[in-house]
Amino acid sequence: MSNLLNISPSPHTHGKETTRKLMFGVVIALMPALAASVLYFGMGAVIVTATSIISCILFEFLIQKYVLKKPVSITDGSALVTGLLLAFNLPSNIPVFIIILGSLVAIGIAKMTFGGLGNNPFNPALVGRVFMLISFPVQMTSWPIPAGLSTGYTDAITGATPLAIIKEGLKNGESISQLMEKVPTTMQMFLGKIGGSIGEVAAIALLIGFAYMLIRKIITWHIPVSVIGSIAIFTTILWLVNPEKNADPMFHILAGGVLLGAIFMATDYVTSPMNPKSMLIYGCGIGVLTVIIRVWGAYPEGVSFAILIMNAFVPLMNKYIKTKRFGEEVKNG
Amino acid sequence: MLKTFPVGGIHPPDEKLTAKTAVKYLPIPETVTIPVSQHIGSPAETIVNKGDYVKTGQVIATSKGFVSSNIHSSVSGKINKIDTVVDTTGYKQTAVIIDVEGDEWIETIDRSDDLVTEIKLSAEEITKRCLESGIVGMGGATFPSHVKLTIPSGKKCELLIINGVECEPFLTSDHRLMLEKGDQILVGISILMKALKVEKAIIGIENNKIDAIEHLTELATKFKGITIQALKVKYPQGGEKQLIKALINREVPSGHLPLDVGVVVHNVGTAYAVYEAVQKNKPLFERVVTITGKSVAQPGNYFVRIGTSIKKLIEAAGGMPDDTGKIISGGPMMGKAVSNIDVPVVKGTSGIILFPSGESERSELSPCVRCGKCISVCCLNLEPYLLMTLSEKGLFERAEEEKITDCLECGSCSYTCPAYRPILDYIRLGKSQVIKIARERNMKSNAAK
Amino acid sequence: MSSTLPITIISLSLLAFVSAVILYFVAQKFKVFEDPRIDEIQAVLPAANCGGCGFAGCRNFAEALVGANTLEGLSCPVGGSEVMGLVAKMLGKEAPLVDPLVAVLLCNGTPEFRPHTSIYDGASDCRISNNLYMGETDCSYGCLGNGDCVRACIFDAMYMDNLTELPVIIDDKCVACGACVRACPRNIIELRKKAKKDRKIYVACSNCDKGAPARRACKVACIACNKCVKVCEFGAIVIENNLAYIDAQKCTFCRKCVTECPTNSIIELNFPPRKPKAEVEVEVETNKR
Repeated sequence: MSNLLNISPSPHTHGKETTRKLMFGVVIALMPALAASVLYFGMGAVIVTATSIISCILFEFLIQKYVLKKPVSITDGSALVTGLLLAFNLPSNIPVFIIILGSLVAIGIAKMTFGGLGNNPFNPALVGRVFMLISFPVQMTSWPIPAGLSTGYTDAITGATPLAIIKEGLKNGESISQLMEKVPTTMQMFLGKIGGSIGEVAAIALLIGFAYMLIRKIITWHIPVSVIGSIAIFTTILWLVNPEKNADPMFHILAGGVLLGAIFMATDYVTSPMNPKSMLIYGCGIGVLTVIIRVWGAYPEGVSFAILIMNAFVPLMNKYIKTKRFGEEVKNG
Repeated sequence: MLKTFPVGGIHPPDEKLTAKTAVKYLPIPETVTIPVSQHIGSPAETIVNKGDYVKTGQVIATSKGFVSSNIHSSVSGKINKIDTVVDTTGYKQTAVIIDVEGDEWIETIDRSDDLVTEIKLSAEEITKRCLESGIVGMGGATFPSHVKLTIPSGKKCELLIINGVECEPFLTSDHRLMLEKGDQILVGISILMKALKVEKAIIGIENNKIDAIEHLTELATKFKGITIQALKVKYPQGGEKQLIKALINREVPSGHLPLDVGVVVHNVGTAYAVYEAVQKNKPLFERVVTITGKSVAQPGNYFVRIGTSIKKLIEAAGGMPDDTGKIISGGPMMGKAVSNIDVPVVKGTSGIILFPSGESERSELSPCVRCGKCISVCCLNLEPYLLMTLSEKGLFERAEEEKITDCLECGSCSYTCPAYRPILDYIRLGKSQVIKIARERNMKSNAAK
Repeated sequence: MSSTLPITIISLSLLAFVSAVILYFVAQKFKVFEDPRIDEIQAVLPAANCGGCGFAGCRNFAEALVGANTLEGLSCPVGGSEVMGLVAKMLGKEAPLVDPLVAVLLCNGTPEFRPHTSIYDGASDCRISNNLYMGETDCSYGCLGNGDCVRACIFDAMYMDNLTELPVIIDDKCVACGACVRACPRNIIELRKKAKKDRKIYVACSNCDKGAPARRACKVACIACNKCVKVCEFGAIVIENNLAYIDAQKCTFCRKCVTECPTNSIIELNFPPRKPKAEVEVEVETNKR
């Protein structure tokens, strides 16, 4: 037992949070959504989630140990969170090999090539998802409809998601009031018994996760509120202008990946801005872009692309948008 | 109604183990080591020699220049030698080492205990007395008080703020002083008000010292112009800029002093020392020090003569626990770790904390995940992660633009960082380099003129 | 279909031609005259951009060389006399005479000689631990062991030895660019003249304290006893601030100071082992008894 004293500089005490605890806090916040997805999509959800998590962790381990020859850091929980979030963006009937490929791109290209944790400019799970969407458009756009605790996987019955119904319907010239008969009700969308990716369907589960993360102080309210708020305002304006061509704001918020994207994907530490002012601008940008892609773009859903586009602006925002410092001298004009 | 500063701040656990322990007098040791630089500014110059006999309270070193302070002997005895020793800051400096013989005080000190409320000295005489008595800021900053009481022409002081916050965990010396010497402190504040020619003073006290707040509020009714304000418990409320913002909602501009918003801030301990100096003619040679720590047998608060080695304090607290890993002079957030227990107590030593070895080591480093928590806790709205990266890479010009010199080194950023990044270490490095660069630039431009 | 092809070809060719003409005139109007020799010199320089010459990169150095009246004082430590000779020929000037240099650490305070008296686990950066008083030992001048110098070296010529806790300089790779010298906050790395067969003799200590505290802190500290100065026949050793220093220009590698030093503070490297003389001395002593 050494009698030498430690002379390190102040502060000599430390708070309780660690990176790993924060990551596991996010995992816990995602548990209600995972439970809902298993409830609605059965075995498929389990297989997709497990494959995604295992391959993300495995690829991070292999790349760090054999390619980069650096210390392995899979226990910090970030690969687990990436795997979970990647799975939540996928349909529950997607074949295993596509998931493995997507994990390789998410971890290998979007995270490791930039230098590992903390250095990637783009959200790895979203990069993986977009890669899969563009490379395997058919498998990535066939969404199973909820079948309860079934044991079906790739043979699950598929149907159109609410957003797809609206997009196709508007193209065919039907009006919103006609289409509203075909889409699930607001309550169904809130509880999640609708077609869609594993994680995005159950709005209530995601909101429970949001509350948990706010209480645990893992994220602040700025980004989710500004994303959802800007979508609400923009779609309200469009809906008021032409209610027959544009769905109402509540539909837009509950349908598709807005809640998943706003609460879990856009708030990813590494790729989101650090300053509260920038966070609000970032959130508004995501909201506006999402609505633009949904209404005027070719895809029915735009959250993933909107977040990736705004990720590109984050270094700029971090550099130029600063809050007023304490005691900053305001230059007299 | 509780007030606080609006941005940032953290809530470390209080650990005020000694809040209910009355202050005792630590027995005078056999030898004291009194450094000549216990304050900000030039070190004092010794006026005694080896072999001289000195009395308690006698001047042994005089201030050099305006920003400096006198040093007095805290014991009576013979000067053993004048040598370089390592002090609590870790650096070597000149110190006077005295072998104690009895406890003979100089005749001019009034040793009686009665409270003297009438202030007979004028404002200028008060300032002069502070200079002669070696009064410096007792909160730990040790800035010579007479400099703060000298208002330069063109500036005006409207308010005196007394810092009774003691926001650092573990420390209770100011708390006990407020409870046990409340009257003397209030007289001291009145003296400071007279010296600054102000009519109002506010004492800011954190809400974890309710007994002190109630006690002083009751006593303050007898004094004109002094009010007590309770503050929300948040670190670093005790920083003077945060205190001014919380109490009167004025922000001291970056690079400027509190006097530029019409305020002067003094610590309660300084107010007490001013009372003793002005009313009792007693120079500053002893202070209250908290000795504490989770594994310490008898933590307590003691009146300690300046120059006593901290070994004596540790012995009085029941001896050094076997598992001690770190000894800190000051608080856990901003104090300095000492490398051996022979260092002396100086004017700025507010407490000695012993940490068990389990809590002394830093955890392993992990990469920055850009979570932004350091920004959210910074009370000055700086961006600690950026300042750390700039200092690490040597980009000091950009660090200067990002106002790294504003940082008050409170440590909230390093405390909060979940990746255990040594943020404050690099910011301190950056600050010292930027100050050096700025000084060289000023010298060049002055030379060019 | 048949009419679009010729139209495409003609319009694109026209566009290309017009762009080329515009570019030509713009290039002529905004042309900056540059001495062609700068490019030639730059091609000969080693392109390491290390800053060892004192200029900001090889191009900057090439410009300085072309503009200089004399090459005295200008040298590329990486390329050495070979490259400077080429440059001198190309510019028609005299090549400066430069001694090849190598970096040397003036400290031998391993944990065995210089025991730790405290633990430091703050940021692993010498600039930071230097500001924090003495570091982990009682010597406030010696190596801090956090590797700022190793990180500064872009030629892979340094690594940290975990057992001695001191940086090791690989002589073959060191080009004496001076990056490690600038990086060390205690200024204890020196560029010394490179001798034949990489031999070195130097005082491996930077401690300026008086003998007693220096020796208490480290067993192989220089105590400024003056014995080395007395035994050196070439006047190569000077004692200043309680520290001895061997001038590499005057040293003839006779190694007398090495044997004379009572604390083994002077180090000799890459020499053949001495012939054992000890046996004769011991015999004399036993005879005396």
